[in-house]
Amino acid sequence: MALTEQEILAGIGKIINEITGIPATEVTPEKSFVDDLDIDSLSMVEIAVAAQDEFGVEIPDDQLKHLKTVKDVINFIQN
Amino acid sequence: MSTGQVRVVVTGLGATTPLGGDVASTWSALLAGQSGVSTITADWVDSVPVKFAAFSAVDPTEVLPRPESRRLDRAEQFALVAAREAWAHAAIDKVDPERLGVVVGSGIGGITTILAAYDTFKEKGWQRLSPFTVPMLMPNGSAGWIGIEVGARAGVHATVSACATGAESIGYAIEMIRSGRADVVVAGGTEAAIHPLNIGSFAAMRAMSTRNDEPQRASRPWDKGRDGFVLGEGAGILVLESEEHALARGATIYAVAAGVGYSADAHHIAQPEPTGAGVMLAMRRVLEDAGITGQDIKHVNAHATSTPAGDVVETMAIKEVIGDHPLVSGTKSMTGHLLGGAGGIESVFTVLALHERRAPGTINVDDLDDGVEVDIVRDEPRALPDGQIAAINNSFGFGGHDVAVAFTTL
Repeated sequence: MALTEQEILAGIGKIINEITGIPATEVTPEKSFVDDLDIDSLSMVEIAVAAQDEFGVEIPDDQLKHLKTVKDVINFIQN
Repeated sequence: MSTGQVRVVVTGLGATTPLGGDVASTWSALLAGQSGVSTITADWVDSVPVKFAAFSAVDPTEVLPRPESRRLDRAEQFALVAAREAWAHAAIDKVDPERLGVVVGSGIGGITTILAAYDTFKEKGWQRLSPFTVPMLMPNGSAGWIGIEVGARAGVHATVSACATGAESIGYAIEMIRSGRADVVVAGGTEAAIHPLNIGSFAAMRAMSTRNDEPQRASRPWDKGRDGFVLGEGAGILVLESEEHALARGATIYAVAAGVGYSADAHHIAQPEPTGAGVMLAMRRVLEDAGITGQDIKHVNAHATSTPAGDVVETMAIKEVIGDHPLVSGTKSMTGHLLGGAGGIESVFTVLALHERRAPGTINVDDLDDGVEVDIVRDEPRALPDGQIAAINNSFGFGGHDVAVAFTTL
């Protein structure tokens, strides 16, 4: 059964909190990783690898650079 | 005690060691003669002939937030903890970033990161390596992180000279301020090398004590029964500052960082030169650099690692260059040997000894080696005299590095 947006959001929030210390409640769909959450490119790699393990999807490097917001990641995982 | 150059003073101290998670707890345990050595409980202990080490008293991951500690090698964690303490201690409200530097090194660097990352690489592939693997394993990582933390733009440097690293860093920092490149420099050394590969490798050199039935009695500089060093971990960091800068902001000054003497043995990659020629040269040069005489020196924090070869040669050199009057302490008897961190914590101890006029003791000297002809402080700390006095910290490293750093009272 496919995960709901809320379930994916909760999972991403947990990963980002673990890696960056940003409270999971601040991780909302419209937030930009770089501009709003101040996450650097090395941490984005960590987050992508953790998300791959958590959700069982492969995020290729050429796709990763297009994932600008939390919503982009949710959409990628759902599709 | 004047050489006509810019005077450098010590305005901040930080440490995390096998005796305590900060300077105050470390210093009080040191004066109380406590040992920081304990039995290794990890499952790998069966693979090595040495069953004990001097682990840090406070695990840095308990102090640092997890998002931060997970991207730092353990040596970087120690360095950052000690640097934050030293920086807070110095209480510098404002400094020009272009006049602020860092000199912090490690003897080995991120060795536990390298080994763990290689396991990950072999088992799971490169895709599962942390993107922070490189900044965690590089030996200049600690200096880099501290530089970011305090905003140092005058230059961030990492010296590497095995067990002389911490002292060499402090020497470099003194010279950085004297040369006019910086007003304030955060300097010291760090190490986190308690791993079976390192213990096995040092054991292969027959350099480590194997007194497995009495771990807390294993580090015993100058004792006839000494059989090698005890591996320790942690960091010691000082904030050094030009006297002018410190006075202008009304800082508390703990000592003058009066000078540094460097030399090299040019003899053997890992064994001390038997006549002490290199060690003597470093001590002669520190006297010259600091503009002091042997008579001014009332205390020596000796390198004294508890190895059969090195301990006595150093005391012969002290007697020859300085005399038999200083109170000589072997604090590795309590802390173990922090390798690249040793010169950092032992400079902290030397500064505190001058500031409080108390030379720490040396534990486990039950039967003093007949070759020792200087005044070793055994067991209880002893008082240092009043008036303007000096002290030196000696640090020597594999590769033949000899470094002596001099501090004086104000």
